[in-house]
Amino acid sequence: MTTPTDRIEKKLLLRAPRDRVWRAIADAKAFGSWFGVRFDGVFAPGAHMTGTVVPTQVDAEVAKTQKTYEGARFEVTIETMEPQRLFSFRWHPFAVDPKVDYSGEPTTLVVFELQDATEGTLLTLTESGFDGIPLARRAKAFSMNEQGWTGMMPLIEKYLAQTS
Amino acid sequence: MPRRPSAAARPLGPAEAAPLFAALGDETRLRLVSNLCKSGPTSIARLTEGTDVTRQAITKHLRVMKGAGLVRASWQGRESLWELEPERLEDARRWLDVISKQWDAALGRLKKLVEG
Repeated sequence: MTTPTDRIEKKLLLRAPRDRVWRAIADAKAFGSWFGVRFDGVFAPGAHMTGTVVPTQVDAEVAKTQKTYEGARFEVTIETMEPQRLFSFRWHPFAVDPKVDYSGEPTTLVVFELQDATEGTLLTLTESGFDGIPLARRAKAFSMNEQGWTGMMPLIEKYLAQTS
Repeated sequence: MPRRPSAAARPLGPAEAAPLFAALGDETRLRLVSNLCKSGPTSIARLTEGTDVTRQAITKHLRVMKGAGLVRASWQGRESLWELEPERLEDARRWLDVISKQWDAALGRLKKLVEG
């Protein structure tokens, strides 16, 4: 059953060819450079790997903020890879507390879908399955993110103002 | 860090968010939310129809949800009608907004990378 609290969907027009976008998403190293993570494996269907949070190489100011989570590790399992079209993986959202074993908890599914658009590539991102995440964790994650990300909002707004 | 002050957009603190998620964190209650979303104000008899949950159990769940401020009841004749408190549901959605903003930030960086 899908409730209003179960999923997130984002659509974004990227002024870049589909092939370039695909490589930025489906390659572990490229993905890590913008997301701010280093994986210990190569993206392939069914592959299971650990990511370590590192400051992003794309934006120096944001990198500074990400220092808070530097070194945090999380597990990712790649689900589907349909070249140029669809990339998906499962993970434990906010699984950044080193004292907690998240392996027994339900995961959320993150899906990147690419489509041609007149001026580039349309990216649709969905993350779903939040209703399955234990309640205590949802409340905790909420507070962690309030602390961790409130400071990012002015940066994001600044960035969006520049690019719009 | 400064956050734009707006009473309507004030984020819930963890102490407030926890009971809300606890109230939503049950399959029967999630189904009740879903049903109330679709049908608007509804009687307990109608909410019980087609389920294997007893009327008493539904009543108990509705009371828990009422305690969390998720639903409210009004009387129509001898029957009480239950409906969602839309504002409170909005609070639950705000948790997703936080994650949503993280994705905005990450995708913003992806955009910068591929367009650069």
